[in-house]
Amino acid sequence: MRASRWIVLAIALVVASLAGVTIGTLRLSPAEVLHGLLGDGSLVQVAVVRTLRLPRVVLAALVGAGLGSAGAALQGATRNGLAEPYLLGVSGGAAVGAVLAVALHAPPAVVPLAGFAGALGAVALTLLVARAAGGQGDARVVLMAGVVVGAFANAAIMVALANAQDNVVRGALWWMMGSASDASWPQVRMLALYVAIGIAVLLAFARAIDVLALGEDTAAGLGVRVARVSLTVYVAAALLAAGTVAAAGLVGFIGLLVPHLVRMAGARTHRTIISAAALAGATLVVLADLVARVARPPAELPLGAVTAIIGVPFFLARLRRLA
Amino acid sequence: MIEIAGVSVRYRGRATRALDDVSIAAPRGRLTAVVGPNGSGKSTLVRALVGRVQLEQGLIRVDGDVVREDGRRALARRVAVVTQREEPAFALGVREYVALGRYPHLGMWRGMTSADAAAIERAIELTDTSPYLGRVITELSGGEWQRVRLARAVAQGGDALVLDEPTTFLDIGHEMVVFELLSRLAAEGQAVLLVSHQLNLVARFAAHMILLHAGRVAAEGSPADVMQGGVLEAVYDWPLVVTRDPAVGAPSLVPLRARPRG
Repeated sequence: MRASRWIVLAIALVVASLAGVTIGTLRLSPAEVLHGLLGDGSLVQVAVVRTLRLPRVVLAALVGAGLGSAGAALQGATRNGLAEPYLLGVSGGAAVGAVLAVALHAPPAVVPLAGFAGALGAVALTLLVARAAGGQGDARVVLMAGVVVGAFANAAIMVALANAQDNVVRGALWWMMGSASDASWPQVRMLALYVAIGIAVLLAFARAIDVLALGEDTAAGLGVRVARVSLTVYVAAALLAAGTVAAAGLVGFIGLLVPHLVRMAGARTHRTIISAAALAGATLVVLADLVARVARPPAELPLGAVTAIIGVPFFLARLRRLA
Repeated sequence: MIEIAGVSVRYRGRATRALDDVSIAAPRGRLTAVVGPNGSGKSTLVRALVGRVQLEQGLIRVDGDVVREDGRRALARRVAVVTQREEPAFALGVREYVALGRYPHLGMWRGMTSADAAAIERAIELTDTSPYLGRVITELSGGEWQRVRLARAVAQGGDALVLDEPTTFLDIGHEMVVFELLSRLAAEGQAVLLVSHQLNLVARFAAHMILLHAGRVAAEGSPADVMQGGVLEAVYDWPLVVTRDPAVGAPSLVPLRARPRG
């Protein structure tokens, strides 16, 4: 990828973040935002910028970076442009965990943790199913196992919600549709560490993913231990996605779409694809969260719905290029 | 030197072995060719070499060292393999693709050294693939793709090369380019192990031929030893005669029309 495109990506993220901090129900000028950031503005300015908007923007960026890079690594390792981290059981498992927590009247703070636990459980189940089928390192088997586990999780959610009270259904649905509205600095710090480690692991395996994308026999001939490396990438990508789910619920389409965007922009090797997908994913989710906040005030749109609405036209354009 | 010693392979759920006590040696400086009908075990042999199938018995040695699962990367530094099929999932530049041949030499974070760059340049030059450098691998023709794959294998920089049907889809000219290149690499001291359906070309270029049939070695030796009408007719289950190539005098197989029924 050309250097100019990196600069465009970086500028886009900065501009999106500034817009995210500046625009909102309370209109602030750029100068007021700056004073808010520095802490020498009015109490309201400082509170809005520092404790409401900034953590939310950073959280959204981290969620997007995690989903984008995880999707990029997974599409490469599975040689499949339809792969995305949610497909490995992450989304279904997270939803089951969250629905259970809501149905059991757990306090709101427990819901994300239950979602995270559900996602981990489902990823483990997916890999166990693939292993039982005799193909733990085989991309097709793992993806199909993920589809099966996801279908089972969906069935479980429908059964659980069929006779649930309205407020339970609503609470669970809201969480499943994704939102960055509960962002707080402690949460941002945890997610930042988590995402940084996840992306570092994926980048360490970037060259191996380049080789895996050529096919398993060729990769083996180049010295890649196919089953082991594939499994590491699957687990790292799924854990990364599960971490973002704990922070903001299910934010669809990013893990699927962003890798395609960066490849369209000329990224070819996975060190570039994964890094650029992290930047582009961050930008997209920050923008989507901004739209979710300001589109229909004072109510908020679900973040997952906004990313899907943004994602669909991009994907249609991509389809046109393929056809 | 690649040695395949008493190797047997059985695929899951199959009654018969895909390879049954096969021993093959491919020493340096020689073009060694494995031929045989479809399903005779040729590709299984290559897959066994890269560890994609489990050996039921036997072992594989490279320069005397037994190949083990945790030594795949070390093996890849010595032996480059061009498998039968390779369908890239995503667009990749030709130069970036050839550079992946250096994968077994690189650490997780370390970049390319000048030695890596030199190996890549030499591979591109040897295979005459520099005209394709500005393109992406998903847009190459069949012949161009096979040569670029060969460049990647040469860039790997080992002293042994294993190729499974490298001239499939190639026209006569491109096929000859590949055989000439393999012959040259063998003459430069590489151990070249070639799996091929092209008996007549193999008989001209290879110094040693191995005929596989139903997972076993049916015949082995110089092309003149192996290219015997009676043996080939039984193995390929088709009437044929072996003559002499009028131009270069190598044994040459001519399949006949089907036997009249009755």
